[in-house]
Amino acid sequence: MAYIKDKGGCSRIMQTYLVRKFKDKFAYAVCLACVIVAVIPLGSILFEVTKNGLPALNMEFFIEGPRAIGEPGGGIANSIQGTLILIGLTSLIGVPIGILSGIYLAEFGNNKFGKIVRLTNNILAQFPSIVIGIFAYLTIVLLIGSFSPLAGAIALAIIMIPIITRTTEESLKLVPNTLREASMALGIRRWRTIMSIVLVSAKNGVVTGIMLSISRIAGETAPLIMTILGSQWFFSGLTEPMDALTLRIWRLALLPYDYAHTTGWGAALVLIIIVLSLNILARILTRSKFVLRGV
Amino acid sequence: MIGMNKELLSVSSKERVNQTYKIETENLNAWFGTKQALKDINIKIRANSITAIIGPSGCGKSTLIRCLNRMHELVPSAKVSGKVFLDGVDIYSKNVDPVIVRRRVGMVFQKPNPFPTMSIYDNVAAGLKLNGIRDRKRLDEIVRKSLEQAWLWDEVKDDLDKPGASLSGGQQQRLCIARALAVEPEVLLLDEPTSALDPIAASKIEQLIVSLKRDYTIVIVTHNMQQAARVSDYTAFLYLGRLIEYDVTAKIFSNPREELTENYIAGRFG
Amino acid sequence: MDENMKYPPKFFLSVDDFFKYILGIISGLVVLTLFFMVLELFRHSLPVLSLKFVFGVNWNPVVGSEEYGILPYILGTMVTSVIAIVVGVPISLGIAIYLSEMAPNFIRTTLSFIIELLAAVPSVIYGLWGLFIFRFWVRDFIEIPLSKYLGFLPIFQGEPFGLDILTAGLILAIMIIPTVASVSREVLMAVPNSQREAAYSLGATKWEVIRLGVLSYAKSGIVGAAILGLGRAVGETMAVTMVIGNAIGAAALPTSLFKAGQTMASLIANEFNEADPTSLHPNALVGVGLILFVLALTVNLFAQVLVWRILKIKEGAVE
Repeated sequence: MAYIKDKGGCSRIMQTYLVRKFKDKFAYAVCLACVIVAVIPLGSILFEVTKNGLPALNMEFFIEGPRAIGEPGGGIANSIQGTLILIGLTSLIGVPIGILSGIYLAEFGNNKFGKIVRLTNNILAQFPSIVIGIFAYLTIVLLIGSFSPLAGAIALAIIMIPIITRTTEESLKLVPNTLREASMALGIRRWRTIMSIVLVSAKNGVVTGIMLSISRIAGETAPLIMTILGSQWFFSGLTEPMDALTLRIWRLALLPYDYAHTTGWGAALVLIIIVLSLNILARILTRSKFVLRGV
Repeated sequence: MIGMNKELLSVSSKERVNQTYKIETENLNAWFGTKQALKDINIKIRANSITAIIGPSGCGKSTLIRCLNRMHELVPSAKVSGKVFLDGVDIYSKNVDPVIVRRRVGMVFQKPNPFPTMSIYDNVAAGLKLNGIRDRKRLDEIVRKSLEQAWLWDEVKDDLDKPGASLSGGQQQRLCIARALAVEPEVLLLDEPTSALDPIAASKIEQLIVSLKRDYTIVIVTHNMQQAARVSDYTAFLYLGRLIEYDVTAKIFSNPREELTENYIAGRFG
Repeated sequence: MDENMKYPPKFFLSVDDFFKYILGIISGLVVLTLFFMVLELFRHSLPVLSLKFVFGVNWNPVVGSEEYGILPYILGTMVTSVIAIVVGVPISLGIAIYLSEMAPNFIRTTLSFIIELLAAVPSVIYGLWGLFIFRFWVRDFIEIPLSKYLGFLPIFQGEPFGLDILTAGLILAIMIIPTVASVSREVLMAVPNSQREAAYSLGATKWEVIRLGVLSYAKSGIVGAAILGLGRAVGETMAVTMVIGNAIGAAALPTSLFKAGQTMASLIANEFNEADPTSLHPNALVGVGLILFVLALTVNLFAQVLVWRILKIKEGAVE
């Protein structure tokens, strides 16, 4: 074209080039801004929880239950206890089921049934936890006629199982087939091969999944509302209401007292430390697995 | 069937009477999905000898030996028909448990595959432990004997607690041989056992294999014709899933009956 | 020894088959759970299910004059989720692009880690932060200016207060960012490099490469990621409950972003423990749960299919 030769044309190409260059820089800036916008809430949450929560922490906070509503003082020991009991009960139900179904999917799940199970797990992993809570209420709480830590644990197990199933399946699939063959060639039975050779080789991935799932259920609130209800007291049996950190935070935040808010922030600090440390630990574990796999 | 000597090839009948057949196949066919990998294989493998299986890649060498210990059927979509007799009993008959077959017919793979989470000791003992043998003294004994048989004992006797993966490639392969020997098999199948190793390590494994002939029946798959010529007593040539020729190794390499075999050995294809 | 003695008799069901079937049954438990969930929700909400339930606006649990209409809460869920998508998805996409196409390696690892931590923070802590901190940011930096300059628009009617539909939507936007960003990032990384090289060879700048070679290729996967985010927003309970203002009945109709509202999930969380078991109130709340179940199931199924098609790898790789 003629304009390519004349001077004005050159500057036009130059102009478009500059515009394109500017667009390029601008897009970079926008993307970076998105990152910053997302990091601000995390920074603010960590900062506020620490700032407002630290003053609440003292001996009484960790060893006593709450006092009557409106009366300052007291602690959240019963809530911490409740959360720990829930983690224990849920793991008791969810870990074996999750691992075993992960094994099924990885080793035998290459069929239609496996596909359905995988799809169901994927749906449940993203499912509104409050609906799962209602389900546990309708089946367990109505059945035994009382709010119960067991109902809470079953609801949380339904949340936990898909996470463990998925991570177990993925880690087992990373175990090279040559190991299965080596073992089978020794005349070791399939189930033995899977449990003693394959699962052991995938140990880190499985443990990561368990830790991630615990970190997730420890922070769940909604399904606990209709299953364990919340309580002023320490654990008093499987057919009695129980407290949990998350429920306590929610109830305290809605009370119109300053002391309650401070205690709430304190409880939030404890919860976030539990959840994030489990989460970070799990991720560090996975990273070291990748290093090991290179060996 | 092309070029098969029904009289079991050129081994003199006198010799044949004196030798027992450890494994015999009868019209063995194998498939992956709809692709047929083995076509009507009839082969008789002599006890306490080394039989090499050669042929271009993709000809079904590995499939053949994987049919001999029922490993082939572990691949999804894999199928087998025909019979394989181990000491006269068809291992594919209904009442035979493949797990028992695999204990009697051990296997060593192309790439060394020690169990990465286990120590050297545990690797060798794995087959026994997972089959329920717990007696420590007996385990110690078998582990030592197997490692000695695999010419590894002197190199690792002070490091039995180290992970199996810490050994060199050649040592790992000998560890895998020791692991296979520990369950006291009668037959040892080797699927290109030296192809992932350097020449020095490979030659050591070759010598080891020859030394094992006294106690075991050995079938080795190799793509390396010199190796077949060096170690084996009998050689089978496979081409496109068919057994083209099977004879005494010296005969195959000096005066093959079939033109295909000759071309292959002369390096004209594959 | 008789040769046959070397082979002990085999039973019709081997140990390995037994093992396999047991595992199959265990892994089928989740399918059974989902099935019973529908059944139970349906059974218990049957007494209230009707067109009036879905399209009514009045909510009165007092025995004798009971009336349950959940339209305002359905709309509340939709409006807050739409805000979350409109605000959250572009930000997530920006993050995904930055992480997969622009960031140097060491920043990429750290940043992905931080974004994933955002997903790990419990919902109730988002709620706490929303109630005491974020609400004032929204009021002072967003609502007051909007009301000053665009206050004539119907959606910006009312006194900015901070505990309203807008705040709930924005906090949902923050909460879906980790999900949408990490899935989008996976989708972008699944785009074959030949696409990028083709664009580069035409003399494209980095941004043009991303726009032409990468984004157009990954479009449907990104839509899938967004819908996955929608699924999370629809069912999110605690954070919303704590900042949305919890209006009831016709007052909860989301006519303005500056109004207190209510979502289906927040309604259940607020009222479940106060419902009189002799009334239909619990049944109505279970009915809300059923609608929420159907909504979440549809959204999730749709998203799974879209994302899988793009990633084309083993299912379950989507976090």
